[in-house]
Amino acid sequence: MSLKLVISNLWKGYRDKTVLKDLSYVFDEKKVYVVMGPNGSGKTTFLKICALLETPDKGEVHYYNSTNKILPKDINLLRKITYVFPEVGIFNTSVFDNVAYGLKIRGFNKKEINSKVEEVLDFVGLSHKKKQNALTLSSGEAKRMGLARAMVIKPEFLFLDEPTAFVDAENVKLIERLLIQIKEQKTTTIVIATHDSPFAFTVGDEILKLENGKILG
Amino acid sequence: MDFLIEAFKQAFFLIVNLDRELLEIILLSLKVSLSALLLASVLGVPFGAFLGMKDFTGRSLIIIFLNTGMGLPPVVVGLFLYMLFSRSGPLGFLNLLYTPTAMVIAQFILALPIVASISQASVRKVSPIIKLTAKTLGATPFQIALTLIKEARYGIFTGILGGLGRVMAEVGAILIVGGNIAGYTRVMTTTIALETDKGNFELALALGIILLSISFLINLLLYYIQKKEIRTNL
Repeated sequence: MSLKLVISNLWKGYRDKTVLKDLSYVFDEKKVYVVMGPNGSGKTTFLKICALLETPDKGEVHYYNSTNKILPKDINLLRKITYVFPEVGIFNTSVFDNVAYGLKIRGFNKKEINSKVEEVLDFVGLSHKKKQNALTLSSGEAKRMGLARAMVIKPEFLFLDEPTAFVDAENVKLIERLLIQIKEQKTTTIVIATHDSPFAFTVGDEILKLENGKILG
Repeated sequence: MDFLIEAFKQAFFLIVNLDRELLEIILLSLKVSLSALLLASVLGVPFGAFLGMKDFTGRSLIIIFLNTGMGLPPVVVGLFLYMLFSRSGPLGFLNLLYTPTAMVIAQFILALPIVASISQASVRKVSPIIKLTAKTLGATPFQIALTLIKEARYGIFTGILGGLGRVMAEVGAILIVGGNIAGYTRVMTTTIALETDKGNFELALALGIILLSISFLINLLLYYIQKKEIRTNL
């Protein structure tokens, strides 16, 4: 068994509103978990806390390795987790260099970077745009590039915040197909926040309904 | 009117024939200004980037000082350095007064606030999502900082070129600390001032034309950098 995420008794609030109330959950399988809920229900907050981008007011967030040992929140753990924002952060450079970013900072050599990036760009259908400045991509293409950039580093945990927001129907279908292919490889635990029900039920193995700060099912 | 036309003719003659004295003055000017700019960039870009990335007490005050420094009167810098480097000054033992090194220091002081302040503003302008994206892709704090500097590169280049424009055109500080010694500390702007005083307009005009050409080239480069930035941000 590989990386496991255990969250226990999580509380988080902003000013006078509590969005997460004593929430506990275990993510321990390489499958797709979809967190659903209305706007403002705390989906993004929950995802960010899971991805160690935010800290809870109360409660514990721990990643365990195969020997059930808690991992320190250092760079070695952070490099196994990645997060794709609803509005994909795009570096002002080519699509290729955007996707290669995670590999470059990990010290991969040029040959390895070339083959991995070519492969993942082919996977998301963006090979023909690799030399183009990524800022000129459409929002659907940018989402696919964000997915490619996250996948190329082979994360153990992939958090996707509203992956179908600002995307046309054709690109939603493409993203669905890509996620289904990723999930079949069973190498990554994917946690998605969305309020797109058809998408959630197409790609999700587990649907977690977030309401009133609690997971209902 | 005739003397003006004659002066222009002579000036063009000096430029076309690559007059030795003219060439020496231009080369020293470039050497002094580019050395000062290199130093200002090596220190100013990381310092500005640090200010752009971090929030801490006193940050605003440092930025206000830097912005004040952008409008620092060169003669005041010259006066301050003269007092430091003069024989009875605290750094008099270094024997730097009337040397190209003193001129580099003076121009470095003038360029540093421009480079640092514009670098700060450019890095600050980078969208917060870029920093978060780098972090979520596994970048270390140092790698995140390099990424932000890279994202702000067009703005930073603008700051560096702005610094170059300032030091190439300044005369007050280097005249005081350099002394305008022929063949040693005489640069374009100080020569223009001296030759105009003497009524030798040919050399002054020739140097003026070259200075204007350099300024034009700097602005041409700035224009292309800004155009590229606008195009890639569309």
